[in-house]
Amino acid sequence: MSAPSREAQARQLRFRDPAEARALAARIAQLTEQIGRDPVAVMHVCGSHEQAIARFGLRAVFPKALDVIMGPGCPVCVTDVPEIDEALALAEAGVRVATYGDILRVRGSSRSLADAKAAGARVEVVYSVTQAVELARASEGPLVFFATGFETTAVATAAALLAGTPPNFSVLSAHKYIPPAMEIVAEMPDTRVEGFLAAGHAATITGARVFEAFAARHRLPVVVAGFEPLDVLAGLARLLELVRDGRAEVANMYPRCVTREGNRVAQEQLWRVFRPMGGCWRGIAHVPNGNLRLRDEWAHVDARRRFDIDLAPLRADAPSGLLRQCRCGDIRAGLARPSDCALFGRACTADAPVGACMVSSEGTCRIWAQYGGHPDLETEAQQ
Amino acid sequence: MCLGVPGRVIEIDGLLATVDFWGVRRQVRLDVVDEPVAAGDYVLNHVGFAIRRIHESEIETTLALYEQLLREADEDDLMAADVRGEVEASAKRRDKKGQ
Repeated sequence: MSAPSREAQARQLRFRDPAEARALAARIAQLTEQIGRDPVAVMHVCGSHEQAIARFGLRAVFPKALDVIMGPGCPVCVTDVPEIDEALALAEAGVRVATYGDILRVRGSSRSLADAKAAGARVEVVYSVTQAVELARASEGPLVFFATGFETTAVATAAALLAGTPPNFSVLSAHKYIPPAMEIVAEMPDTRVEGFLAAGHAATITGARVFEAFAARHRLPVVVAGFEPLDVLAGLARLLELVRDGRAEVANMYPRCVTREGNRVAQEQLWRVFRPMGGCWRGIAHVPNGNLRLRDEWAHVDARRRFDIDLAPLRADAPSGLLRQCRCGDIRAGLARPSDCALFGRACTADAPVGACMVSSEGTCRIWAQYGGHPDLETEAQQ
Repeated sequence: MCLGVPGRVIEIDGLLATVDFWGVRRQVRLDVVDEPVAAGDYVLNHVGFAIRRIHESEIETTLALYEQLLREADEDDLMAADVRGEVEASAKRRDKKGQ
């Protein structure tokens, strides 16, 4: 694992139109000063935003008073323990389970799907639901697709079901819907968040409009942003303008991919197959309407209805002491940073992760471990 | 999983498009894209499905991040790995028709 040096990060930052990046950084500093609070906290809800911020060293140009927090934007990290246990119970009962690679090493109440695979369970990594359907077509026995991811990914699961699947194929849905989780974060008594940066590609599906009622209800601005360093900087600058002016509006700073209405074909397919249901997000809370579950019409492909899933044996194993010290929950809620956790970089590393945030390529802890976390170029230069 | 990847459509067969990702040809499903797609168009893809047609004037800006990522990234780069994963999510191209 080689984290790029801070100098390299600073060089990368300049890879696209340095003048514009510098101007945006100066604008961000000016706006933060005009707001006058320390810190001014804003939250993004997308692992790819955190990757862009860390990879391109953007935190190095943020003013000290600006706190850009990663919220519950990593779908793997918020997949709850009982959901992983359900997939594990199926795999350990001899059912073939296919799933996205990221979730493999995330522990349920006692072990991970990777542990089950090592012990002989048939667990397959796929990159898409289509590959899982093909695996089912090519085999005799039952195959369960453990479906994780936010609405962008759930759309693919919905389309695959609508296109037709073989009788031995079922779905165990752990899909999550982001807008209700933003509500939870906004309502947390400890929350310091003054505005949200919404994920560009999820909004490609839902449209920027999905955030309008939220912005009005919580009196908080929302800006949809893309993933280029300049997109992120421009999105933050716009968000800080709205914070400064006290305008609880939705702004779309990623119009090349996102419209106000979103992708209606995708929305229609999504809601034909899934319905929102309350459920727990790991480390966050119970999120009303935060889980996407199969509608009754899809009972014949719903693994929860087709199989008798017994979680008791998994729950009987006590959780490890380390797991109890893990602060992933606070980190996902924006109440702590990876560096606030005693395990980070010590007992919990990318090679031996304790919490889900260190497992996924979109987890805050993994991203900070990879890219050096919170670069402070000024301090570096003084040394 | 938030990051879709752009690719250029080479040909279309029903709901299946052959898409070029930086020289790698893969098959992408067109079930959920909300605009008509033709050969030569760029589409934004996520887990093997096109989720949006990218308009002509926006192609260059949309590609920039990915080109830089794939050019410079080392093996451990998380963002580049997610991009490669998205390309893997598209089915390998086959000569025979069918799912």
